[in-house]
Amino acid sequence: MSATVPVVDVSRLPSFAFGHRSILWWATLGLIAIEGTAFALMIAAYIYLKWRVPEWPPGVAPPDLMWGTLTTIVVLASCIPNHLTKKAAEQLDVGRTRLWIAVSLGFAIAFLVLRAFEFTTLNCWWDTNAYGSIVWMLLGAHTAHVITDVVDTAVIAAIFFTGPLDAHRFVDASENAAYYYFVVFSWLPIYAVIYLAPRLV
Amino acid sequence: MSRAPVIELPLTDEMLSRQSRELARTWAPARGIIGFFSEVDHKRIGMRFILTALAFFVLGGVLAALMRLQLAFPENTLIGPDLYNQLFTMHGTTMMFLFAVPVMEGLGLYFTPLLVGARTIALPRLAAFGYWIFLAGGVFLYVSFLLNIGPDNGWFSYVPLAGPEFGPGKRADTWAQLITFTEVASLVGAIVTIVTIFKYRRPGMTLDRVPMFAWAELVTSFMIIFAMPAVMLASTTLILDRLVGTHFFNQAEGGDPILYQHLFWFFGHPEVYLIFLPAQGLMSTLIQAFSSRPIVGYVWLVTALVATAFMGFGLWVHHMFTVGLPQNGSSFFTAASMMIAIPSGVQIFCWIATMWTGRVRLEPPMLFALGYFVIFIIGGMTGIMVASVPVDLQLHDTYFVVAHLHYVLIGGAVFPLFGALYYWFPKMTGRMPNRRLGMISFWLLFIGFNLTFFPMHQLGMIGMPRRVYTYLPGLGWETLNLAATAGAITMAIGALTLTVNAVYALRRGEAAAANPWQASTLEWSTSSPPPPHNFSPERVIASRDPLWDDPPGQPIVVGVRSDKREVLVTRLLDAEPDHRYHSPEPSIWPFVTAMATTFMLIWSIFSPWALVWGSIPPAIAMIFWFWPRGRSIDDETHPPEKGRPQLEAATGPA
Repeated sequence: MSATVPVVDVSRLPSFAFGHRSILWWATLGLIAIEGTAFALMIAAYIYLKWRVPEWPPGVAPPDLMWGTLTTIVVLASCIPNHLTKKAAEQLDVGRTRLWIAVSLGFAIAFLVLRAFEFTTLNCWWDTNAYGSIVWMLLGAHTAHVITDVVDTAVIAAIFFTGPLDAHRFVDASENAAYYYFVVFSWLPIYAVIYLAPRLV
Repeated sequence: MSRAPVIELPLTDEMLSRQSRELARTWAPARGIIGFFSEVDHKRIGMRFILTALAFFVLGGVLAALMRLQLAFPENTLIGPDLYNQLFTMHGTTMMFLFAVPVMEGLGLYFTPLLVGARTIALPRLAAFGYWIFLAGGVFLYVSFLLNIGPDNGWFSYVPLAGPEFGPGKRADTWAQLITFTEVASLVGAIVTIVTIFKYRRPGMTLDRVPMFAWAELVTSFMIIFAMPAVMLASTTLILDRLVGTHFFNQAEGGDPILYQHLFWFFGHPEVYLIFLPAQGLMSTLIQAFSSRPIVGYVWLVTALVATAFMGFGLWVHHMFTVGLPQNGSSFFTAASMMIAIPSGVQIFCWIATMWTGRVRLEPPMLFALGYFVIFIIGGMTGIMVASVPVDLQLHDTYFVVAHLHYVLIGGAVFPLFGALYYWFPKMTGRMPNRRLGMISFWLLFIGFNLTFFPMHQLGMIGMPRRVYTYLPGLGWETLNLAATAGAITMAIGALTLTVNAVYALRRGEAAAANPWQASTLEWSTSSPPPPHNFSPERVIASRDPLWDDPPGQPIVVGVRSDKREVLVTRLLDAEPDHRYHSPEPSIWPFVTAMATTFMLIWSIFSPWALVWGSIPPAIAMIFWFWPRGRSIDDETHPPEKGRPQLEAATGPA
């Protein structure tokens, strides 16, 4: 029994990893694929309904540009603190992660407040007609994502300020930031559909 | 470039068995009632999925038997039209959403980690959450049915019949919300499966060595991700039209009922493949094991799975030929539907070649696989017939389609499933089923199936429509209907003998060896049933069929901790070791979250405010689920400020 046997020793490998090496990154990507498909299908439904009628938007004015555009600008700006959060987390820098996640949370809340104003200037209700239904659905579904992101970010920020903290929490912060990019970049086509499509025709 | 090179160590058997005992303690299932609801062991979650889905299969079968009894004679008065509408809707909904998809998911959760040589699944708490949501959805549907609010608009719940104008009461809402339950369960299962197969494979198991069933589950999971959102949108818009007065499907306000059909079938056709593709993986598994040789055309078979998945998204309009869509569009979908025969044919020829060049053993699982050849090929033939627009215009909504879909789904999925359940029964329970009873149940099911559904081809061609609760005498339908009812009774007896066999084996069956069928894949390398941690020692893989072809003395993986639930994460393509990962401990919160979500979903049938106030409890439960507990047990990464060496390891080149 004293003979040696060949082994693969993995004990020196790290106990966490970022990006595509981590479990959480793949899970987040799966979530993004699911929700991205849902948004794409909603946009397809919008285009389908648009084909059915001669006038678009039917019988109502297009949504006002101001609040939606302002939201878009704020949202794009929020990518900067989000990026810095992600970088700080991947460098395991507690202080800077705390700072930037708090700033990101502030931006996400501002996003949500501006979104509330957007709903008031759509110039239609969900029960006005099928156009109103799909516009409210697009904006509502995206808003649900913003709310989810605000809650997620708030929880992770709270953990960073109150602990207990270990390396996995940095992976969480990094992946939460990655998910936020999805919330931002899925908004751009939806913005184009809600605000620009009714003006193009 | 390996980050964990092979070295020599003086390991004794004594050291290995000590480690094995420690692993069994670490991975032991949670105890007690709280433990029961906190379970994260993939084998237990998988088994719960399988057993629950089989229970729904029995319920769906009872509904089918009631319909067959009603149709046995013309102008029968056993069941009235209203109940009959509920019966066929409940039958279709149960079989598709509560049996076929979840049972394949359950097999995947149970066997995927065993097939790829992992200690557990990725994201086990998410899988547990998926199970509880699935169970809650199924119970919700059947309680609604007993309260006379079971859905009654067909398994696809078409508008305008299911819309606010023609579908009063809550029946259509019950259907729409059941969809939400089952789709959440399938989606989380899909993510769990993908991550497990991508990241938890044993070192050495490169992508081209992944067993066929794991490939099938992987491809299916991707299909779930891209198909399920369509039905989510269909059922959500349906419930919004009914609850808050949106006009998605209201023609008078610019909506369109056909949009519903597009959304539904963009999901609905892939749904067929969500059931069919895992079964193709099961077929490859069974044929390889009982032909005693490696499968012929591994790469072709994987390509066929992927090709079928892609094509599956380009077929949905063939369910809508009678709607009156532009003819050019219909021609495209006819061509696409016929093209699906190519990958199916490739698979069938690979299997024939495997059997031809192998040594076939006619054990009961293999008989079920052979049953597939007869039944599914007939179903495929009638599929080519109804893919053609003129034929479909004639046969749409007749019993011909009922015959076709049952030949495809029962032949293509249920026969391989029963074969696989028989094949893996010794692994799951540690007991051998009775061979003779297995043979008898196969023949009862095979004969009963053909007797039930073959006459329906003829019934359809002579004009009997689907979904009618009775018919007049003198139309020439009597004998064929009576034959179908006799067949259904035979099938029921066949299913009963399968159950008797399982119960008998559990009580009196012979103890099963680790590898009773002399199969080649990793699940057979561990004891029957597997220990809580699945494998010890874990040997590096060197071939596609490790139990047949791996040289003895393959290196053992060491250094994954056995004093906590740690797993080895490997790289996507080549399965080289990448990092160690602490798999989640048992937790009650997935269960609590599932119950809170159930409360919200049921409430939302009655009030849109449920989505506002009702979403708060699940959110709170999820925060508890996520919140790190007490002092971190990941002491080696704590506190991270001092973790510079690990930082380099963690962010170094992948």
